[in-house]
Amino acid sequence: MRTPTRIRTLVGVQCVHPNLPPTCKIKTDNLLGYYNNGIILESTKPMIEIRDLSKQYGKVQALGGVSLDVEKGELFAYLGPNGAGKTTTIRILTGLTRHDGGAAKLNGMDIAKEPREAKKQFGLVPQQLNLDADLTVRENLFIHGLLYNMPRSEINRRIDELLEYMDLTDRGGSLAKTLSGGLKRRVVIARAMVHSPAILFLDEPTVGLDPNIRRRIWALIKKIQADGATIFLTTHYIEEAEFLARRVAFIDEGKIVTIDSPANLTSRLGGWAVDRLEDDRLTTEFFEAREKAVAYTLDQADGCTIRRVNLEDAFIAMTGKKI
Amino acid sequence: MIDGWLAVYLRETIILRRRLTRLIPAWSVSPLLYLVAFGFAVGRNSVVHGHTYLEFLLPGLLAMTSMTQAFAIASEINVARFYHHIFEEFQAAPISNTGYVLGEVLAAITRALLAGTVIIVLGLFFGVFMNFNIAFLLGYLLNAFIFASLAVALAMLVKSHADQTLLTSFIITPMGFLGGTFFPLESLPSWVQKVLAIAPLTHAARTIRAASFGESASSTDFAILAVLGCVTFVFAVSCVNKARD
Repeated sequence: MRTPTRIRTLVGVQCVHPNLPPTCKIKTDNLLGYYNNGIILESTKPMIEIRDLSKQYGKVQALGGVSLDVEKGELFAYLGPNGAGKTTTIRILTGLTRHDGGAAKLNGMDIAKEPREAKKQFGLVPQQLNLDADLTVRENLFIHGLLYNMPRSEINRRIDELLEYMDLTDRGGSLAKTLSGGLKRRVVIARAMVHSPAILFLDEPTVGLDPNIRRRIWALIKKIQADGATIFLTTHYIEEAEFLARRVAFIDEGKIVTIDSPANLTSRLGGWAVDRLEDDRLTTEFFEAREKAVAYTLDQADGCTIRRVNLEDAFIAMTGKKI
Repeated sequence: MIDGWLAVYLRETIILRRRLTRLIPAWSVSPLLYLVAFGFAVGRNSVVHGHTYLEFLLPGLLAMTSMTQAFAIASEINVARFYHHIFEEFQAAPISNTGYVLGEVLAAITRALLAGTVIIVLGLFFGVFMNFNIAFLLGYLLNAFIFASLAVALAMLVKSHADQTLLTSFIITPMGFLGGTFFPLESLPSWVQKVLAIAPLTHAARTIRAASFGESASSTDFAILAVLGCVTFVFAVSCVNKARD
């Protein structure tokens, strides 16, 4: 019997099946389990597996061998400056762009070998609010359901459910072109969820929205993740990644710089930062404790600001660039 | 194999229905001008193939309309692709290329049929009564099918909306004027006739006109239209993947 490559939980579970032998393999769609004398060793397959993915546009290397895994139910943020390769990664995973090398699987489905099966696994919320302006909210969602070959009754049931979930019940009959930016974003997210995908790709979901609306969208994303979806989010907003993600990948010039939790990434620099403006140049010093940061500012002239270390500090420390 | 065609078709036809009140007057303007200028003013006393010029002109206008209105789906696809990015919704969905093309082609044919109906009604106001039969409908539908497929193919290949406008100027406009719409091709030099024999509109205009006169249409014309329909449809399906980066 092959040893599980990734043991997430070790659960003592009463054997449900009376005929289960002392050791055996249990396999479901999303679970590889190994039963061993009354104990189940549970090992989940990653929902998103990317191996050495690459893409070249002319002489520009958009992606240069990206590899990462995203676990089931995880909210994973992909953080980097504009042009780093975030959208290219999502476009390849969702079949909008061809990749030159490497491989990727979505819920176990290879995007190159089984593209149509792979496409059933995700919902896509693209950067552009690409609703059909001349269709109502309901019609936009209905067409999406038909694209996934869902029965009409099931689509209508799901639309009712999603409109309520997204607090859009009274906007079902509105033409998409009459909605505000925030409402359109919620409809695009609802549309991506009509076919109940296992994975949700969110490409810069709050770009161009005002802070209030952004926070509402964040709350919605948290709620969707809490309900079991695996979320892959690209963003160049530091606070978005910090607030939402369990793990963050830094990407720069088409390559992954690091993958870790926001807390681990920031703690490498200490907990506190002091920004100092000197001769029109901003410098930042990092400190383990707030007291040390305060003591440092007292030694300086005016123009110092004490704050928590954030992901942008970690990104600058690793790449020398701002996000 | 044709998964997704219904979604694509339904999307296009809902939009079409919503714009119908604006489209019907738009569809009426050009044919009305042709009927007044060429049919009434220029060709009032002309007789072509034993018919009044208006009786000759109207089936030609119908053939031209089936071409232009079916080809107009290219602009719709381009706007959806380059400006609204709605095409990405189709690309990311688990639908087949054939299903996508079929949905767009059927929507284009629906649009061409509605625009054709407007011209038939206009013709009645000018006192032109045509024979309608299966051959008439088949010629009209095959012509719309060819140009709808060609429109989808070219919409997948162009890199901007401006390119699409160029294609219309170089392909559709010359064919519209030289494909047997306004005058009998027999009056042209024989080498021009041979060149125009490649154009689908030439065959469509001939079948629709023959049917509208109550004459039997040539089976060769139907065969050519059917072959061109198959070729352009397969070409359109093969072009869908080219729209990806």
